[in-house]
Amino acid sequence: MGLLNKLNQPYEAGGIILGTFEDILNWGRARSDWYLHFGLACCAIEFMAMNASHFDFMRFGTIPRATPRQADFIMITGTVTLKMAERIKKLWEQMAEPKYCISVGSCANCGGPYWEHGYHVLKGVDRIIPVHVYVPGCPPRPEAFQDGMIKLQKMIKEEAIFRKRKKLEEETKIELSA
Amino acid sequence: MGEKKRIELDYSKIESDRMRLNVGPQHPSTHGVLRLEVELDGEIVTEVVPHIGYLHRCFEKHAEKMTYPQVIPYIDRMDYVTSMNNELPYVMAIEKMLGIEVPEKVQYIRVIMCELNRIASHQIAVATFGLDAGAFTPFLYFFRDREYILAIFEKASGARLLFNYFWIGGLAADVHPTFKEDVLAIVKQVRKTNKEIEDLLIYNKIFIERTANVGILPPDVAINYACSGPVLRGSGVKFDLRKNEPYSIYDRFDFDIPVGMGEVGTVGDCWDRNIVRMREMEQSCRIIEQAIEQMPNEGDVQEKLPKKIKPPKGDIYMRAENPKGDLGFYIVSNGTDKPERVKARGTSFVNLSVLPEISKGYMFADLILILGSIDIVLGEVDR
Repeated sequence: MGLLNKLNQPYEAGGIILGTFEDILNWGRARSDWYLHFGLACCAIEFMAMNASHFDFMRFGTIPRATPRQADFIMITGTVTLKMAERIKKLWEQMAEPKYCISVGSCANCGGPYWEHGYHVLKGVDRIIPVHVYVPGCPPRPEAFQDGMIKLQKMIKEEAIFRKRKKLEEETKIELSA
Repeated sequence: MGEKKRIELDYSKIESDRMRLNVGPQHPSTHGVLRLEVELDGEIVTEVVPHIGYLHRCFEKHAEKMTYPQVIPYIDRMDYVTSMNNELPYVMAIEKMLGIEVPEKVQYIRVIMCELNRIASHQIAVATFGLDAGAFTPFLYFFRDREYILAIFEKASGARLLFNYFWIGGLAADVHPTFKEDVLAIVKQVRKTNKEIEDLLIYNKIFIERTANVGILPPDVAINYACSGPVLRGSGVKFDLRKNEPYSIYDRFDFDIPVGMGEVGTVGDCWDRNIVRMREMEQSCRIIEQAIEQMPNEGDVQEKLPKKIKPPKGDIYMRAENPKGDLGFYIVSNGTDKPERVKARGTSFVNLSVLPEISKGYMFADLILILGSIDIVLGEVDR
């Protein structure tokens, strides 16, 4: 989008930025994503490494939150079992719009190595909640996590957020701007 | 939040409300997807009921359906922070059934990899225990070092976390040419960091106040609950399979078994269990140094790989010392290329069973510390 480049070359009148309000809003939203980390299995250990000093996840503007009500996106890292599926759905419903989901690892994407004989494994978290970004790997490398995060940021930046909000208002018949 | 429940107290005439509180299954300090149902009297824990099964991934069912080498990746995913150590008893069991004598070089590489992974696992254990106690810096220090260890694993096997590196009769690949120098550099770095952490966390006054005399596990209770690993040794019981029942080539190395001695509190408290892990890292460094010295340079690591793996009818139980404790596999063979049954004795599962016993009567905040000091991995609890 190049908003920052424009800020570097201010106009004589103190700096004018040409763009839509939506652009500026999305620019801010994409860079301050708070997440609900739902660490389930092996991928959560890689996610711990991702949060530590070598890879430093927080430079994407993310802050871990322990409650779904403060989170912008949920990160499902690991095998979703049938016993756990109900809780994931509940957490997703508790999150406020606009909300996103990153599914990390083969298990969360499609069941992974447990797809055939895993009688207690949900074959993909997208069967219960919508998934916006899939990160493949068993477990994915921290670089893959970063790639997934960049993909999500790109998606948020290009989103027509006001249209989405209007649509949601019509669908749910709830006055959001109260 | 659970519902309030009134329970009649029989020990006094004081009326007391007890609250049932639900912790987890998604809570940052339950170390995975453990759910604890806690009964509280004020802030004092009166009862703990662990609920498990949120990560049941059907290991034994998969073992029935897969051939012997195909089971190894599922064993990796049981205790996912100590994959190398998990693979060792399984491949040793099958090798014993087939009567394979693995080459010297393979034995040494296996020991070095296992000890490196033990260090990596203990680093996570102490780091997360520090997080539970409110210290974030040790986490960053340990994960910085852990990345160097993972780099060695990655050069050898291609994976950072789940390796499938130990094959039946050999290894997936030989180590890289500068393996010895790289490992010795890591040993040096691990010792340096451990010294820093001892100053920063272990002998810190705040940390000692929080962890000493908390969650005391007496030796007889530890033995009755079949605890193993640092949980058992933290109570002062000197039992380590590497010394007591040497497997692989562990009888060739000179190392000590650190036990909890109640230096700052009582024997068997959280601090003791933690210091045992710190000192085991040092002992692992000693084993690695000796193994690097004795390791032969020449040799083919895939020399003894069997063409077909069909163990004769029968059963075998093989156990080895995991970073968490005593991991065993009971394998029943029916003479085909698929096992009839593979039963795993999960260390974390057994160690977790002692939690209700030792957390009664402590504050709720201490319960989190006690859980952290047991160091469970839910992948191994539920399998």
